Amino acid sequence: MSIITVQLGQCGNQIGYELFDVICNDFHSNGLCPRKENGLYQAASKERFFEETESGEFVSRAVLLDMEPKVISQTLSLAAHSGKWSYGEKSQFSQKQGSGNNWANGYCVHGPKHKDIIMNLVRKEAEKCDRLGGFVTIMSMAGGTGSGMGTFITSCLRDAYPTSLLLNEVIWPYGTGEVIVQNYNSILTLSHLYQSSDALLVHENDVIHKVCSQRMNIKQISFRDVNKVIAHQLGSVFQPAYTTDGATHYSRNPLGELMESLVPHPEFKMLGLRNIPQMSEHSLAYSTFTWHGLIKHLRQMLIANAKMEEGINWQVHLPTEVATRNSSLSAEQLFNRSVANLAIFRGKDIEGASSEGFRDPAMYTPWLPPDDSFSIWKTPRSFNKYEKSATLMSNSQGLLKPLDCIVGKAWNMFASKAYVHQYTKYGIEEEDFLQCFTTLEQIISSYSTL
Amino acid sequence: MEEGVVNEILQGPLRDLFDSTQFITDVSGSGNNWAVGHKLYGCQYREQIVEKLRRVAEQCDCLQCFFVIHSMGGGTGSGLGTFVLNVLEDEFPEVYRFVTSVYPSAEDDVITSPYNSVLAMRELTEHADCVLPIENQSLVDIVNKIHHMANSGKLGAVKPNSLVTSNKGGMKEGEKPFDAMNNIVANLLLNLTSSARFEGALNMDLNEISMNLVPFPHLHYLTSSLTPLYTLADVNVPTRRLDQMFSDAFNKDHQLIRADPKHSLYLACALMVRGNVHISDLRRNIERLKPSLQFVSWNQEGWKTSLCSVPPVGHTHSLLALANNTCVKPTFIDLRDRFTRLYRKKAHLHHYLQVDGMEQSSFTDAYSSLSSLIDEYNQLDAAKGVALPDPPRINIAV
Ligand SMILES: Nc1nc2c(ncn2[C@@H]2O[C@H](COP(=O)(O)OP(=O)(O)OP(=O)(O)O)[C@@H](O)[C@H]2O)c(=O)[nH]1
Ligand SMILES: Nc1nc2c(ncn2[C@@H]2O[C@H](COP(=O)(O)OP(=O)(O)O)[C@@H](O)[C@H]2O)c(=O)[nH]1
Ligand SMILES: [Mg+2]
Repeated sequence: MSIITVQLGQCGNQIGYELFDVICNDFHSNGLCPRKENGLYQAASKERFFEETESGEFVSRAVLLDMEPKVISQTLSLAAHSGKWSYGEKSQFSQKQGSGNNWANGYCVHGPKHKDIIMNLVRKEAEKCDRLGGFVTIMSMAGGTGSGMGTFITSCLRDAYPTSLLLNEVIWPYGTGEVIVQNYNSILTLSHLYQSSDALLVHENDVIHKVCSQRMNIKQISFRDVNKVIAHQLGSVFQPAYTTDGATHYSRNPLGELMESLVPHPEFKMLGLRNIPQMSEHSLAYSTFTWHGLIKHLRQMLIANAKMEEGINWQVHLPTEVATRNSSLSAEQLFNRSVANLAIFRGKDIEGASSEGFRDPAMYTPWLPPDDSFSIWKTPRSFNKYEKSATLMSNSQGLLKPLDCIVGKAWNMFASKAYVHQYTKYGIEEEDFLQCFTTLEQIISSYSTL
Repeated sequence: MEEGVVNEILQGPLRDLFDSTQFITDVSGSGNNWAVGHKLYGCQYREQIVEKLRRVAEQCDCLQCFFVIHSMGGGTGSGLGTFVLNVLEDEFPEVYRFVTSVYPSAEDDVITSPYNSVLAMRELTEHADCVLPIENQSLVDIVNKIHHMANSGKLGAVKPNSLVTSNKGGMKEGEKPFDAMNNIVANLLLNLTSSARFEGALNMDLNEISMNLVPFPHLHYLTSSLTPLYTLADVNVPTRRLDQMFSDAFNKDHQLIRADPKHSLYLACALMVRGNVHISDLRRNIERLKPSLQFVSWNQEGWKTSLCSVPPVGHTHSLLALANNTCVKPTFIDLRDRFTRLYRKKAHLHHYLQVDGMEQSSFTDAYSSLSSLIDEYNQLDAAKGVALPDPPRINIAV
């Protein structure tokens, strides 16, 4: 089964490139596992992400979209120079000038104007897949093209492929600002995607930046470094894994199984990722890990809502029988409650990895049967240079704080009517903003009262 | 409207860059009279102007922006320049209009410059998308400062050519009095467009400038600063010096108008970086500088950033900071005062009123336009430092 990746705007294209690069490099490694196992893994991985031409070249199943030309031409040339894979010759669309960080410009102007050409590119890519599982759309929420046109294209995909799954990988802007209207663009993006997407997978730039400095020990951090970490995390989810006990073939429908595990209710579709270990290649060479240790850390990262291995609060714990009776302990009120979790373990001695710790019903919302709240995927094949690695994808309260923060800032700005004229110019009215605020306040309230 | 300067360009080293059919000149000049430029020549040359604009526009496959470059104090730039601004709005309503305006300094030699400037201000407020005010006195100060640094030897090996006055890549040799100053303005425009022209990890197109920096239509006056002023001969920049580039950009000595952004209120700020600078350098400096700057309550994180990988010719890195800041207000108040002083005496008024289409109300309207602009800044300043409670959020019934 294949996944089509739609790369939108500067951010989407830069991350999309790194994603294919990670996947292709991982594909070419021996994966520290038996040849036969590796063969199965490679076959599944290839079908998902690449088309193999008659001459044996790998062409990614991707569509590249941006309103300005420079990023796409740079991305194409990087891929062409990788020597391992490339983008399809006619799988990109760009224009001369970006959307100017204006969501309304992307959504109301560029999207509708170029819809036919873009949907045609997508259709051609879809026709190349024997079995199309769905779409992964990569975009930032802060700009104009990725966010505005990305939102528009997502709704077009929903209409044109009603049975395919749509996952939107959205990049959350730095909290201290890099696009001044980022909070407006973000609320417009999130509230609209909530209508048409199956799930939103969120990466916060602030978090990944910290991972780069504190875990990877990078002194001067570039977007390239940040994007490699994101790509690694995405690869660790989308590369093949066995999704049931005793399965003999790799999952043929990863997006479908992912949604089934993680999105039991349409009101809850914001997903976050955590993974372990994360470190520079240099430190990796001197480290050994046990599954027990990795899983214990990952579990604490989840309940304490730590987004990386550094600075985990070990005081936070789940409410026990005793504590519920005596319910004034603050640590457990802080714990991060989940709707659902999906753990993915990859690597050596995988038989010894126990996921029992994630099955505690106290971790989850009471309205879902405990068996439906947790899923586990595994493979003995190691991923991207890590002998053992664990990823946890969560539908939890973990994103409540950043969401509340963005809505709050956008609301403050909206109260002064600052910048609103830039949006009405392209047809987004004040009522549309109000509608978005209402939608998001509703989501905040739902997650808060899990 | 006075052909001397244009002829000089036509005979100068840059002559091949210009299309000789794209000039419009007259012989008599505008006599430092806004009305002559705006009303008389405007009327007379409108068709020619439109035709020539259309002709160049047709050659563009993606016309993004017009730059109008003029002074406020004279007659042609100020009067005809703002007339052209109106023409552009009528003919190309979709295309952005960025105006670089040289404001007269207090000791300006044009007596009528307050009239001309105030009359032009009204047009800028109403018809420009962004205005980058420049003051000659600031340019002079910067040129002197660079000169002083280069000669004092205090910093060790300073390259003879400063980043901001450099015309490297240009063709001129013998320098004229305005040349060093004008190169600063030229470098401003080069840096303003570099992220749209060259690759980078975080691009910024021209349309992002007004989107990010103009929260309310009239408040589109942006102060600018270029750093570093001088490049040191060693190529490896220690972090400390890179950070100095960011600190300097907020310093009043580095602004292209006489204004002090640090002690006024920021509505928004853009940092456009070129060269060997990373996102972590930007983040670090924003966090470092933020505590010393005041931002308006609804835009506490009012930063726009861009990273262009191509540095200016002969340099490793550079920064252009653009700020929408209430520090422009004193310049405007000063201008209004000087206008009032002349107007009270009705000095030179008849020169204006005798031009067709010019009326007393042009003066009073321009005056009130400027006053209400100043009021808008006053209101923002009044809220400075006053902690307002956050507006109550929408309530969701559970
Ligand atoms: N992680 C990461 N974030 C990026 C990258 N490039 C841009 N961003 C983020 O994306 C946001 C800006 O959006 P862009 O992707 O540049 O905008 P765009 O979609 O191209 O839209 P326009 O330029 O407005 O047409 C900011 O929050 C940036 O931090 C990248 O390579 N990696
Ligand atoms: N920076 C700079 N300012 C100039 C230059 N030429 C004139 N000015 C300023 O422009 C104002 C006079 O306007 P000018 O452009 O000569 O009049 P016009 O030809 O009628 O528009 C005064 O404030 C001058 O200091 C120049 O080349 N560079
Ligand atoms: Mg862009």
